[in-house]
Amino acid sequence: MIKPGKYFVEGDLACAYGAVLAGCRFFAGYPITPASEITQAMAELLPKHGGKFLQMEDEIASISAIIGASWTGLKAMSATSGPGFSLMQENVGYAAMTETPVVIVDVQRAGPATGQATKPAQGDVMQSRFGSNGDYETIVLSPNSVQEMFDLTVKAFNLSETYRVPVILLSDAEVGHMMENLVVPENVEVVQRRSALKRDETMVYGESLVPSMGTFGNGLELLVTGSTHKPDGTRDTGSPEVQETLVKRLHDKIYRNAEKIIDFEEMFTEDAEFLIISYGASSRPSKGAVIELRKKGIKAGYFRPRVLWPAPEERMSELNKKIKKVLLVEMSLRGYLLEIEKMFPDKVIHFSKVDGVVPTVEQIVKKMGEVIK
Amino acid sequence: MITANYIKKNYIRSLPTAFCPGCGNGQILNAITRAIDELKIPKNEIVAVSGIGCSAWITSPYLRVDSLHTTHGRPIAFATGIKVANPKLKVIVVSGDGDCTAIGGNHLIHAARSNVGITVIMVNNGIYAMTGGQVAPTTEHDYKTVTTPYGNPSFAFNASEIVKAAGASYVARWTTWHLPNLINSIKKAMNKKGFSFIEVLSPCPTYEGRVLGMDHIEMLHWYREKFSTNAEGFYRIGEFVDIEKPELSEEIERIVREAME
Repeated sequence: MIKPGKYFVEGDLACAYGAVLAGCRFFAGYPITPASEITQAMAELLPKHGGKFLQMEDEIASISAIIGASWTGLKAMSATSGPGFSLMQENVGYAAMTETPVVIVDVQRAGPATGQATKPAQGDVMQSRFGSNGDYETIVLSPNSVQEMFDLTVKAFNLSETYRVPVILLSDAEVGHMMENLVVPENVEVVQRRSALKRDETMVYGESLVPSMGTFGNGLELLVTGSTHKPDGTRDTGSPEVQETLVKRLHDKIYRNAEKIIDFEEMFTEDAEFLIISYGASSRPSKGAVIELRKKGIKAGYFRPRVLWPAPEERMSELNKKIKKVLLVEMSLRGYLLEIEKMFPDKVIHFSKVDGVVPTVEQIVKKMGEVIK
Repeated sequence: MITANYIKKNYIRSLPTAFCPGCGNGQILNAITRAIDELKIPKNEIVAVSGIGCSAWITSPYLRVDSLHTTHGRPIAFATGIKVANPKLKVIVVSGDGDCTAIGGNHLIHAARSNVGITVIMVNNGIYAMTGGQVAPTTEHDYKTVTTPYGNPSFAFNASEIVKAAGASYVARWTTWHLPNLINSIKKAMNKKGFSFIEVLSPCPTYEGRVLGMDHIEMLHWYREKFSTNAEGFYRIGEFVDIEKPELSEEIERIVREAME
């Protein structure tokens, strides 16, 4: 059993601890570097906590199995890296369309394709949001420490159950493999699923736009389909109204609740003229660089979204009013760039490092020279 | 006496179906409902999972049980998750030959290998029907389809033999002409502890009929005359496997029980 207390572990293991304590009782996965440690840890931990573990034939089968398991009432998760995450994309959209809560961990590695299996990167930012076909929403979390691999995994399950949406924990090989202190708290705040006891309840949309979820085996005679469907689940692929109503609600249930979902860290932003924005592994040296710049008397600030999607647009709009220049630090050529350029038009300088090595404080401080000049 | 009205009232969500005249899907829906009724399995213990294709519609929306209509080729993987997560459920998958042996072929053989206790009914019409008559892994060599206008350069799978080799607990092949045998096989399969697979030859007069040059009556005659328990290869019908061995969801429950001690 995972007891409260202090641990010195790697990020992947902290993620598995968080999953188990968030109530995850079903895991299906396929081995892939650098996420295998999560899969291995779940294989060992889940049975001890009354949960089921399956190693499937591929990542497509893995996400299929966790969606199926979720409909029996279990909280379910899979973990993978970029290539496996690509294989899962069709069923990410299926989970969004059928409003199935599942958590998917993508421990990013340098791509494209097989790329550098053991090296960190942040090239899956857009895939995590737009990887499946059609208009749909996910929630994407970005941990930057071993502690956050734990905390944000718990948060991922809670958001997934609250909004009935696939939630992506977008980590990377650096955060997944590094070892740090982890504090497992006495009480982990866990959101339980809002289960429908009658079929009618699965159709009622509250203010949150999220209907209660039925469970297979409870006699509700549920109709669940990835095709366009009416609120009672009946397939209707011909009606313009049914399609529009469904797709807009799937979007609105996340966007109208965005202010409740978004989460970010900021430092020295009250009087900052220059802002360094980063997330995940590259945010660690970015924060160090801001501290160095402050020591030199430069009014630098630090902004780090913990939730990448939906993006913290309101806060960034406010910051845009007083910020002169932004340095976006990330390990991708495009990554989060479009979103940041949208929020800070004509102010963004991009420090994108795509050699599989996390940037250093010195490199970021040096790059900041271009921003300030 | 089981009447059509009794079946409709208890097991069917809506009629008429959207299936073409002469399609075998209605017969298979009929066989599934009768097997469930004769077994007296409470409907709330059954989950029907299907993929994409005409046969997927047999259970979604028509069969009145919990139903998951999934992505193309993946119903067996979804069903595996459901069965392992809640072994009390009887999980049936209805899948076409394209869904089951082309895009979903990997899931089929691995479900048979792991012996997960689900029942897969593969509706085989030898063609992709919903998308308009393209060549399938079950289409015979040289046959002309819309994507093999010069004849099929490839060869057909014998799905039942593949599943048998992959380690299934129960394998049978019937046609929609052999309805009593089919009902009996579905009953045996649903009571089977391990992975059970039933291949049902089912006519698609709209597209398969065009390839074979037969209407739906001629196709049923073809089933009656060509397919028998003594025939060779693909034309052989009957039960091919009926064995007992440890089942996946039970094995996982045992692992959990032992780990928690």
